[in-house]
Amino acid sequence: MPGITREEVAHLGRLSRLELKDEELDHFAEQLDEIIGAVARVSEVAGEDVPPTSHPLPLTNVMRPDTVRPSLTPEQALSGAPAQEQQRFKVPQILGED
Amino acid sequence: MTVTEDLVSYEDALAAYDPVMGLEVHVELGTKTKMFCGCSTELGAPPNSQTCPTCLGLPGSLPVVNAVGVESAVKIGLALNCEIAEWCRFARKNYFYPDMPKNFQTSQYDEPIAFNGYLDVEVDGETFRVEIERAHMEEDTGKSTHIGGATGRIHGAQHSLLDYNRAGIPLIEIVTKPIVGAGAKAPEVAKAYVAELRELIKTLGVSEARMEMGQMRCDVNLSLRPIGEEKFGTRSETKNVNSLRSVERAVRFEIQRHAAVLSAGGKIVQETRHFHEEHGSTTSGRIKEEAEDYRYFPEPDLVPVAPPREWVEELRAGLPELPRVRRMRLQAEWGISDHEMQSVLNAGAIDSIVATIDAGAPADQARKWWMGELARRANESGTDLAAMPISAAQVARVCALVAEGTLNDKLARQVIEAVLLGEGDPDQVVEQRGLAIVSDDSALGAAVDDAIAANPAVADKVRDGKVAAAGALVGAVMKATRGQADAARARELILERLGVQG
Repeated sequence: MPGITREEVAHLGRLSRLELKDEELDHFAEQLDEIIGAVARVSEVAGEDVPPTSHPLPLTNVMRPDTVRPSLTPEQALSGAPAQEQQRFKVPQILGED
Repeated sequence: MTVTEDLVSYEDALAAYDPVMGLEVHVELGTKTKMFCGCSTELGAPPNSQTCPTCLGLPGSLPVVNAVGVESAVKIGLALNCEIAEWCRFARKNYFYPDMPKNFQTSQYDEPIAFNGYLDVEVDGETFRVEIERAHMEEDTGKSTHIGGATGRIHGAQHSLLDYNRAGIPLIEIVTKPIVGAGAKAPEVAKAYVAELRELIKTLGVSEARMEMGQMRCDVNLSLRPIGEEKFGTRSETKNVNSLRSVERAVRFEIQRHAAVLSAGGKIVQETRHFHEEHGSTTSGRIKEEAEDYRYFPEPDLVPVAPPREWVEELRAGLPELPRVRRMRLQAEWGISDHEMQSVLNAGAIDSIVATIDAGAPADQARKWWMGELARRANESGTDLAAMPISAAQVARVCALVAEGTLNDKLARQVIEAVLLGEGDPDQVVEQRGLAIVSDDSALGAAVDDAIAANPAVADKVRDGKVAAAGALVGAVMKATRGQADAARARELILERLGVQG
């Protein structure tokens, strides 16, 4: 069973912009390994005749007319924001000091 | 942040290396609503006033694709000679960046709606075929404002502010196959391709494709390989090159920069680069993430799109005449050379000329005024020809006034000047400024008599049979009437008075 390595968890952490401590890397590697293992068992029962499935229902072409519907008010949109300024979502510095 | 790059001259770079380009163009569709929700796409709304749970990525919200968005994608694909997928899905492109509140962009990955096409472009009278890899549907990101940096740039910013009105606006990304064989013309081919694509998009009516408004944006991939080498070199990707001129400059700059690195024995880093309009240069951005880092997977919340063949054929049959076909037809109809046609295109005069012809002017006259007097004035005032404050109907009326003999060319230029100054329609201007040609004999006769009296020596020559000398007298009449005389009639009167046969 191919597991997930500590390095891969560190890489995912970087992609997710999460700062992970050494012990967290070990901890998550173990947990993710178990999850991946559980999901991988599906492949064991799916034979050649079972195509990969992304959608459970045989639906296609569900579309919406190009008609404007009411939006949230800016107040509603921002109501869950931890910080705001000038009616905009305020987020921490995006890039590091590099 | 100042970065100085070593460059080699463009000629030296091309002597040693062969450029390979890949162009990715994003077009914002002109739909009324976003790609996956009913929020308005109207520009200029107050920040965060056009968002909803779906485009904010709030839990429990479900996207539904915009039918006009899909139709526009198919139209673009067909106009680019692409195959249209029988069945395709959306995919999530996962990345963590605050411009995407969902933490993924809904895009298409290995199943684009359109693929395998081409677009022919003209460079210096030669046709260059740019092959299209794919055109796929996706959505735009929100708009960031960086606060605390010296110049509003991301570097040095303390924090950023996000407006998600733009997040979710439909985008079509059009990706070329590697463009090889352009050689020294690579920058011009790139520019011509983006220009042709913009015309095409406008003609289809799916977007206004105004680059200065960000409705069309170009990423330029470029690599060099030593001449004779088959294998492509490592590429850089210059993001958000947002004018035709910048596309040309970015390609040229990257060719020179790559050549400098490679000829010094260095290696090109695969990275994104930022283009700087003010210097025409690029600087290093982030190291490019690999496709696998985006962890694409099929979007489970949107069902597959399977454009029925009959519908695709209906759309194909309904496509308007495409820009290149139209240009070729007009050139043939007007009977002008490649060179003359190129001048018309360069001047941005084609639509104005067509509209003037539609308003009743003969083609050669319409072309003459737009390419002559009006192009000159537009050039002097730094205005786009199409934005000059004169309508096609007004130009057509000037042509008609010349044709019926009310105006000569000199007076017509004055009428055009007055129309541009906002003095009204050509007929009003002629009336108000009293510009019509003077051809009735009594008014002209006095001027003719004066001219003969004032130039007795010339008059004698004409009497002696040197008819050509009459030109000087006609000139005197024209001068006295400030150009308003009917020159042909003045000449007849002069010869008559002097007893000579014309």
